[in-house]
Amino acid sequence: MKALVLLELEVPGDTAVDYQYPATGNPPQSSGTSLSAHADVTVTEASLRALGVGRALAGTGSLAAVVFGDADAGGGLPGVLAEHGVGDVYLVGSAVVAGYAPQAWARVIAGLIEETGATAVLAAATDRGNEVMAHLGAITGLPMAANCLSVSAPAPADGGYVITRQRWAGLLEEEAVLDAPVALLTVAAEAIPPTEADAPSGSGAPPEAAEVHRVVPDISGMAPSPGAVCAPAIPDGDLVVRAVESPVRDGGGGASLATARVVVGGGRGVGGADGFAPLEELASLLGGVVGVSRVVTSEGWRPHRQQVGQTGTKITPELYLACGISGAIQHIAGCSGAKHIIAINTDPGAPILAHADYAVIGDLHEIIPALVAAIRARSAAA
Amino acid sequence: MEILVCVKRVPTVGGRITLTGDGLGVDTRMSGFTISPHEECAVEEAVRITERLGGTVSVLTLGPESAIEQLRGALALGAGRAVLLETDGREYGPIATATAIASEIGSRAAAEPGYDLALFGNEASDTGDYQVGIRVAHLLGWPVVTGIKSLDVSADGVVARREYRGVEEAYSLPLPAVVTVKEGLNLPRYPSLPGRLRAKRAPVERVEIKDVSLPEGLRKTRLRVPEGGTHQATVLGEGVAAVPELVRVLDELGILS
Repeated sequence: MKALVLLELEVPGDTAVDYQYPATGNPPQSSGTSLSAHADVTVTEASLRALGVGRALAGTGSLAAVVFGDADAGGGLPGVLAEHGVGDVYLVGSAVVAGYAPQAWARVIAGLIEETGATAVLAAATDRGNEVMAHLGAITGLPMAANCLSVSAPAPADGGYVITRQRWAGLLEEEAVLDAPVALLTVAAEAIPPTEADAPSGSGAPPEAAEVHRVVPDISGMAPSPGAVCAPAIPDGDLVVRAVESPVRDGGGGASLATARVVVGGGRGVGGADGFAPLEELASLLGGVVGVSRVVTSEGWRPHRQQVGQTGTKITPELYLACGISGAIQHIAGCSGAKHIIAINTDPGAPILAHADYAVIGDLHEIIPALVAAIRARSAAA
Repeated sequence: MEILVCVKRVPTVGGRITLTGDGLGVDTRMSGFTISPHEECAVEEAVRITERLGGTVSVLTLGPESAIEQLRGALALGAGRAVLLETDGREYGPIATATAIASEIGSRAAAEPGYDLALFGNEASDTGDYQVGIRVAHLLGWPVVTGIKSLDVSADGVVARREYRGVEEAYSLPLPAVVTVKEGLNLPRYPSLPGRLRAKRAPVERVEIKDVSLPEGLRKTRLRVPEGGTHQATVLGEGVAAVPELVRVLDELGILS
C-alpha cells in the first residue's frame, strides 16, 4: 500500500502562502513562493491530521507527500516530514501552478498516481482539499469520499476500504465501503489519527529527511526543466481557473471567528439588530468575538461571516457562551468543537442545554449587562 | 443570460436527527423537506442576475416525483422553468448525479439556446459529497470554481470571490461555467404570494434518466448518530442571581485570567 498525501503549508506571518503570479506574457522559469526562504514554514494542522490517517493506512507500505510551491528543498520541510513517516516528498515547483489552480493541481496529482503507483490519495477536508480531490475524482473517474473520520486498509472480505465519513456536517456518521483501484479521501477536522505508538515501524532507523523529488509540470509555452522526476502535462484548460489573492477587505471576520479563544454567541433571543451591543462588550472584555446563529443572519441582523454552524463557520474556542440560541442541530454542527459551552436561555428545555456544560436560565438582556458589570468590578478590585 | 440552478431535496432537521429502523436513512415521517441554504442563495443569485441582465432561470433537481415540491419552491422565488430528472427513489451518488445533470445540460445546448451558467450549492447538506458541480463541469468541459461568496456576472464572464484562511481569492472565468456557492452570497427573499400562486400552476418538465449505473464505488452500509448531546447542562441558577456563580465558573475555566 502506497499512500500519497496533499499537504497545505503555513508560512509564519502569513495566513496563507504568499504566491506571486507571473505577469501575463512569458512566465518565468521559477518564481512564486520560495519555501527555502522560509526556514520555519510548517504544515497545517489539518494536513498533519491527513498525514496521520495516511500513515496508518499505508501501514508497512510507503507514505509520500505532495507540496505545491516553488522550492529547491523546501527549507526544513523534508526533515519535518520524515518525523511524520514520509519517505518521499514531491515538490511541485512551477511558477504557473504554484498559485492555487485547483484543476491543474489535480492534474499533477493524477500524474503522480501514475508515477508512484499510489493506491490512496488523501488531503485535509478543507475548502481546497475537497476541491482538488473532487477534480481528481473527475479527472480519474474514481469515486471520492469527503470528510472521512477513519479508513482501514482494504480486505477482500470487506470488498474494499471500510471508511467512516461525516454526513450533515458531522451530525451523522456514515459507514461505507469504498471499492476503487485508488482510494481518494479527504480527512475531516474531527478525525483522530492513530497515535505514533500505533504506527508500524519499518525496518532499520528512520531516515532523517524525506527524499525530495522535483515535479515540473509540462505547460505549453514553458521550456522543459532538466532534473524533474515527473512532468505531467497540463492542458491549457486546467489553468483557466486560478486564484488571484489579496488581503480580505473587512479584516477577515470569518477567520478570527474560527480561531477565537472565546466566542459569545447570539441567537433569536437577542431580539433584533440593535440588541448586540452588550454581547460585543462582553466578547471584547473576554478577548473574544461575537458569533451568531443562522436566524440572525437570515433576518439580516448581522453579516453572514459571523454565523456559526453547518453553513457558516466551525468554531473551536475554549468557551462558547450561547445566548438566546435554542440549538438547532445545524448550529451544534458549528459549535460542537468548543471545549466548554455555557448557555444563557429563558427556556430550560432548549436543545442547546443538551450540548452545554453549564446553563443560566433567564433573559440575556438582564444577565449579560450584569455579567459585564461583575467582571469589570472583579478586575477593578484585583 | 440562461442560468441553471441545481437543487437537492433534503430532510428538514431541527432539534435532532432520527434514523429509520434499518439505519440507512433519516426518518422523515415527522419532518418535511427543503433544500440546502447554499442552494437557496444560488436560486436568489440567479434571479437577481436575470433581473439585471434578462434571460431565464431554470431550476433542476434529480430525485423522486415528490422533489417537485422543491422545484415549486424555487419557482415561487422567481425561477421561470423547472426540470425534474426523475429517479425511482434510489439514492444517486455524486458520479451518477453529475452524469445525469451533464447529459441534460448537453441535450439542452443541442436543441435550444444552451445555459450560460450553472449554479450549485457548494455541498448538499445531507450527504456532503463536495463534488457534483465539479464532476458536471468536467463532463461538459466547462471551467468551475467552488465555495463562492461573491459573484459578478456579465455577458463576458464571471468574477467569483471567496475567502480562504484570511485571504481573499478572486477567480475570473469565461462562460459557460459552473459556479458552486455558499450561504452568505446574498440574503434570499421570501416568496411572494403571487409567486407562490404562479409556482403552483407552473408546468414541470419531467425527464427520464437513461443509462445510469448504480452503485458507483462508494457503498453506504450504515448511518449512526454520533454520541453527544445526550447529557444535560448543570444549571447555575436563574436570572441575574446566577451571575456570581457564572463568574466563578468562568474563572475556574481560566477564561478570566
